[in-house]
Amino acid sequence: MPDGSLDRLKREGRIVVVGASLAGLRAAETLRDKGFEGTLTMIGDEPYEPYDRPPLSKQVLLGKATADHTALPRRREIDAEWRLGVPASGLDMATRRVKLADGDEVPYDRLMIATGVRARPWPNEAEGELDGVFVLRTRDDGVGLARHLDAGPRRVLVIGAGFTGSEIASACRERGLEVTVAERGDAPLVGALGGVIGAVAAEMHRENGVDLRTGVMVTRLEGDTTGRVRAAHFSDGTTLECDVVVVSLGAQRNTEWLAGSGLGAGPRGIACDAGCRAFDVRGIVTDDVFVAGDVARSPHPLFGYQFLSLEHWGNAVAQAETAAHNMLSESSDRRPHIWVPAFWSSQFGVNIKSVGVPSMGTEIMITQGSRAERRFTGVYGYQGRVIGAVTFDNCRWLQFYEQQIEATAPFPPPFPTVDRRSDGQRPIPADFPDPSVPTHGPTITLSGYSPADRRMTFTPAGH
Amino acid sequence: MAEGILKQILDYSNRSNPYPLYEELRKTPVFHDGTGPYVISTYHDIQSLLHDPRLSSDAHNLTATAGDPLAGGEGGGGGEEAALPPSFLKLDPPEHDRLRRMTNRPFGPPHSPHRIEGMRDDLHGIVSGLIDNLGDPGRIDLVDQFAYPFPVTMICRLLGVPREDEPRFHSWADTIAAGLDPDPDADPAERLRVTHDARMELGMYLAGLIEERRKNPQDDMLSELAAGHGQDDTMSTMELLSTSALLLIAGHETTVNLITNGMLTLLRHPDVLADLRENPELVVPLVEELLRFEPPVQLLPQRTPLVDIEVRGVTIPKGSSMWLVLASGNRDPDRFENPDRFDPYRKDIQHLGLGSGIHSCFGAPLARLEAQLALSELARRLDNPGLVEDPPPYRQNAVLRGPRHLEITCDGIRP
Repeated sequence: MPDGSLDRLKREGRIVVVGASLAGLRAAETLRDKGFEGTLTMIGDEPYEPYDRPPLSKQVLLGKATADHTALPRRREIDAEWRLGVPASGLDMATRRVKLADGDEVPYDRLMIATGVRARPWPNEAEGELDGVFVLRTRDDGVGLARHLDAGPRRVLVIGAGFTGSEIASACRERGLEVTVAERGDAPLVGALGGVIGAVAAEMHRENGVDLRTGVMVTRLEGDTTGRVRAAHFSDGTTLECDVVVVSLGAQRNTEWLAGSGLGAGPRGIACDAGCRAFDVRGIVTDDVFVAGDVARSPHPLFGYQFLSLEHWGNAVAQAETAAHNMLSESSDRRPHIWVPAFWSSQFGVNIKSVGVPSMGTEIMITQGSRAERRFTGVYGYQGRVIGAVTFDNCRWLQFYEQQIEATAPFPPPFPTVDRRSDGQRPIPADFPDPSVPTHGPTITLSGYSPADRRMTFTPAGH
Repeated sequence: MAEGILKQILDYSNRSNPYPLYEELRKTPVFHDGTGPYVISTYHDIQSLLHDPRLSSDAHNLTATAGDPLAGGEGGGGGEEAALPPSFLKLDPPEHDRLRRMTNRPFGPPHSPHRIEGMRDDLHGIVSGLIDNLGDPGRIDLVDQFAYPFPVTMICRLLGVPREDEPRFHSWADTIAAGLDPDPDADPAERLRVTHDARMELGMYLAGLIEERRKNPQDDMLSELAAGHGQDDTMSTMELLSTSALLLIAGHETTVNLITNGMLTLLRHPDVLADLRENPELVVPLVEELLRFEPPVQLLPQRTPLVDIEVRGVTIPKGSSMWLVLASGNRDPDRFENPDRFDPYRKDIQHLGLGSGIHSCFGAPLARLEAQLALSELARRLDNPGLVEDPPPYRQNAVLRGPRHLEITCDGIRP
């Protein structure tokens, strides 16, 4: 029964959003859209107002935009109190307070956590601090890396050939810089899209003049006497001279600040229900703590109710909107977050998009176009149904495949299509690496067991 | 009931306002009267079918055309080989993609990112000149004096077709565009023959121009298309001819209606016209709303499924003719609030006016810019304009729909 508490919350409540990036901003806008008139506090560890990240690995590195000009467009006024440049350091769920690193505490009636992920650093801290060694996640990273590329390095080394690493390599080649890419897996993008598509990506790298080295690890970065990086040593015994190194080994979720809070937060993110309400460590759903964006992991009915963590731009927006809606709604009015994962990348002049969860697929079928032309649609199958799809320069068809995923359509697709070629006569194994073998990591993490699985097998986790 | 509704839509007497008929049509979202085409009229169905790879645009896949007044025309399906091969509008990938990609090279990004924006001054000059020469402000036919000559001049300049040849290609273009119109009185075989002849003559005319551009390249699209880029990227002569014919015809037969429909709509909404005069930047969302509210291409008659497909529980057999009624989807209340209201301040405006998917309007950037410049300048310069006749007389065509004449008066032309 509505008891008026929701109206009170809307009128004079205190909502705190931790994380002032895409999800945090869109959540704040949605709260105001839904009539929230109370106090809104935005807490962010960076000193900047919310900015957009995709340009950092694309336009910014090409010199077509500057990193300090990627502020996110505002959909509306949010009239918030901004606490920027100071990270949250703790949470007291009993007294409903967020602790800040500067010692301050901010009380809340409802809390939204959207702290996202950060780049996984180079494991050797001293080597990671050498001048010329970068990760690429923040605006500051983008500024620094772009400046170093402007200076015309003799060779750039990118460690990790996931989407970000590949985009960086592509930008370097477009600027005419020599670039080496080192990937522990057998091909670029292999964790996200499997070996069949990875082979296409590898050709793209090589044809564009990237020195791509797969199945190899960087074991050590070496600096000169002034503290600048000068070389990298590989597991195959070789050495490479380079003056810029970009460490692109995937992301880590920003949940350490929640340690000991009692919230169900860990290295895989913060578990929540389909309505974005966080679980506590006992597996009990909270009423006043909501999560959204890269840091959230929530069960998805289309993918066997497995918990998905998605590092996808569109997911951050959709989940923030749902979380904000539910935060201000009676239980009967709440909505589930059942967004179909979707992702895009742009590299070597090719537009890559995917929907669904390709990495759950065991087989792939090229239903349109051809891999040789790098203009195709690949559909991923899992236990006889369509589970994901990827397009290379063919994205106008993607909406159809998204509907196929939503409709749990059969795999392989039993119908002819326009542009079906010899590639697409039958499904082939999608060739995903054993999940216990570390790669740069996919942008989707499956972190639960499907209730449909009758057997569980223990797979030692990677790092 | 919906019986005979297609006939009514095609009937000229309903040309000035087909929207109530579309509303009727949407009550049967997959409409089929037994012999005719399967007609799709709701927004979401059209939108998803335009992205459905089981749907072909190639008339060779069409097997059941009995009772379809729009079947046949360009590019086979009518049993007779056309004079020119089908343009990419009527092809499927991979041929469609290859031709469209090559055509795009001299037209838009990534190879020619500034082509359209670079024409802004040119466009503005043509608009100004035409308005300067409107003559007696008490008697203006906006179609003949403005909305037709403007895009024709522009497409000629873009392609490199001599503007003074307009009287020659005008009648061919007319005939080819009319070939899309299911005039119930015309004999289909005769219509096919006439269209065929017009395409052949237009093709021969363009062949001459292209030959000349090969010898003396200019800074125009025909020269660049004729030159090709690398051995994999060259069009055959016949492909080049049908592509040029497509650009020439689609480049003006549609924009003329967009501009005329636009001015008619503005004259029916004087408050919006006044606002546009004060706030020229309103023209950008206004043209989008116009493409929703009065789209120049009312329906796409050229689709057929490669396999039996199911839409809303109705099985549409392989090879059937399908019509996607864009103008109806644009007025679908399940998609747009108050769909019959012209509202350029609308926020949610993802219309179907330029199609969607791989065949979405190739010339969209140019059409948008032309309509934006035309409407904002007309609004600024015409002093107190008014309609002489409402509704105005329409063109016969139900597919490429728009007024044949738009008589207006005004108190004067401002400088």
